[in-house]
Amino acid sequence: MQSIPIEHGLILAGILFSLGLIGVLTRRNVVFVLMSLEIMLNASGLAFIVAASRWGHAEGQIMFLMILTLAAAEVAVGLGLIIQMYRRFNTVDINVLSKMKG
Amino acid sequence: MLDLIWLLPTFPLLGFLSLVLTGGSLPKKIVAVIGAGSIGLSFLVAAIIAAQFLANGEAHFIKEVWVWMSVGSFSPGFTFYLDGLSLVMMLVITGIGFLIHLYSAGFMLDDPSYSRFFSYMNLFVASMLMLVLADNLVLLYLGWEGVGLCSYLLIGFWYENPANGYAARKAFVTTRVGDTSMAVGLFLLFAQLGTLNIQDMLHAAEAQWAIGSGLAVAASLLLLGGAVGKSAQLPLQTWLPDAMAGPTPISALIHAATMVTAGVYLIARTHVLFELAPNVQLLVAWIGLVTLLMAGFTAMTQHDIKRILAYSTVSQIGYMFLGLGVGAYSASIFHLMTHAFFKALLFLAAGTVILSLHHEHDIFRMGGKRKQLPVAFASFLIGSLALAAFPGTSGFFSKDEILLAALEMEGPGLILWIGGVIGAFFTGIYSFRLVFVVFFGESKAHHEDKEVAGFSMAGPLILLMILSVFGGLITIPVQEVFNHGDVHEEHHVSAFMHGIMIAVPLLGIGVSYLFYMSRALSIENLMASSMAKSLHKFWFSGWGMDRLYQILFVNPFLFLARVNRADLVDRFYELLVQLTRIAHKMVAQTQTGQLRWYALSIAAGLIVIVSLGVLL
Repeated sequence: MQSIPIEHGLILAGILFSLGLIGVLTRRNVVFVLMSLEIMLNASGLAFIVAASRWGHAEGQIMFLMILTLAAAEVAVGLGLIIQMYRRFNTVDINVLSKMKG
Repeated sequence: MLDLIWLLPTFPLLGFLSLVLTGGSLPKKIVAVIGAGSIGLSFLVAAIIAAQFLANGEAHFIKEVWVWMSVGSFSPGFTFYLDGLSLVMMLVITGIGFLIHLYSAGFMLDDPSYSRFFSYMNLFVASMLMLVLADNLVLLYLGWEGVGLCSYLLIGFWYENPANGYAARKAFVTTRVGDTSMAVGLFLLFAQLGTLNIQDMLHAAEAQWAIGSGLAVAASLLLLGGAVGKSAQLPLQTWLPDAMAGPTPISALIHAATMVTAGVYLIARTHVLFELAPNVQLLVAWIGLVTLLMAGFTAMTQHDIKRILAYSTVSQIGYMFLGLGVGAYSASIFHLMTHAFFKALLFLAAGTVILSLHHEHDIFRMGGKRKQLPVAFASFLIGSLALAAFPGTSGFFSKDEILLAALEMEGPGLILWIGGVIGAFFTGIYSFRLVFVVFFGESKAHHEDKEVAGFSMAGPLILLMILSVFGGLITIPVQEVFNHGDVHEEHHVSAFMHGIMIAVPLLGIGVSYLFYMSRALSIENLMASSMAKSLHKFWFSGWGMDRLYQILFVNPFLFLARVNRADLVDRFYELLVQLTRIAHKMVAQTQTGQLRWYALSIAAGLIVIVSLGVLL
């Protein structure tokens, strides 16, 4: 079977990570920020898978399973926080949350 | 028994410690028992020691308790030295001190800080005893500063009123000027004579220094500086009238009977030094004379009952300095003792008047109080008679001896004598002005109160009355101490001169009677001219000394402080502060509170670090 070159997989992971980062930095809607975070997590997961298949190790796949679990937990907590935020501030605009202004 | 002399300061010190460590949690009865009891015990021990010492007939007794510090040849110890002079001082301090403590137990009963009051008083007595019993100048200086501290604490006892705090500070700072001079004197004595043990030092000075040598003059001048500060003599006398801000028993104990006479004690103790510098000794006499006259003038113009007594104290200590200056040491110490009797009596009686009249101090708002305040009236009458040197009272004998000694002195003796006699005339006027205005005349009706005088307050007054009348008959055993150079008992003075000395105080009392009692002469007429008014104002302000010092010292100091406010060093540190503040503002601006901004900074930082890692 013709295997996909490792560079392609890593470049795809890099593009996905950058897209996620740009999403986190530019989006004002918290829901989209959360989704962008998921994309960044999955990009790093993809990098693990590609590297694992290149060297034929199982650790990368195990790590991806962990990232998946982490992402699920994170979404659960994140969505809970977003609901709380919406209840309290009646908005999902992240710019409203600027109480830490020095 | 003589070995027990260390118990004398120990009892009051223990009293102080137990009162101060319990922090006012003890009931007032127990506080009074500890406070007055410790002094009472001290007095008992002092009396027994005195009896034994006099029975032994030895000139002096030394008891070393322990060595304080030991540096090379310099090892001052807690060593007590007892001779006739310290014997008299110790009996006066513990005796009068005990009576005043007893009085305070009643006087201060309504004060919430009862325990604090007695703890300071006990500390004072302990320090004062240390001062007079010390055998070396270092221990003496410890006591000297100890009494200064207690004086500060007790003048500012009612610290809720800022004015009292200022008065306390003034007293402390003014006496500190003298104390600094005294400390320098001690350094000089140690550097030149190699010892600070008083007796050794005096012998060494006699052996090494010629009469009138520069070192003797410098040393005695420096010690004199300490003495005038403590004893409120010219030019450091301004603190004493303000010190009346403290409770009245304090004025009686510290600012009349004991502490302010410490300067007299110091000069008497080191009189050998002063005899080596005859000019300085003459200066002592002149300081005494000028002070007693100035204070006499001022006392005649005051309204405040305690300030009148304060100026009279300054004036009487002036007599003591006059006596020291003319070499009549035993007469001065004698006057110190009788003055302690009658001035403590006057102050305690004034306390009774003030307390009975709800803290009224102005004598012109009293009047006709002799029926209302019988004990205070009797006390004031007897105290004023003694103060004015009425023949037969204790003050008469002591003042008489000082003036006779002045008269017999060669050179300026006659001028000193005339000044002293004029001072006695003023004493008669101002002391009886007080009596006539407060206790005679028509009653100002707004006080209809009974005299406040329980047993603990009336008892000391009666005892002090007896001492004030008969104290002149006591012979003090100080001849041994001053045996060389002291003016001897046999005075060769014509009956005419003696007559003048007896008549002048009576004349003063008579003038006071004409002005304030029979109203044959009127103050209003006397005060009519504008010159009399301005003179009155001048005297009332204590010869403008406070103003003078304000202009001479306080204002220049404030000016320098203002000028130096932004000097180079300060500027440098202020620049540092400014830089820090600017940096802080810049960093604070990055904290926008925007989550996306934080995420961006994290990402940017990461990129920077990773690229650094890759590039380097």
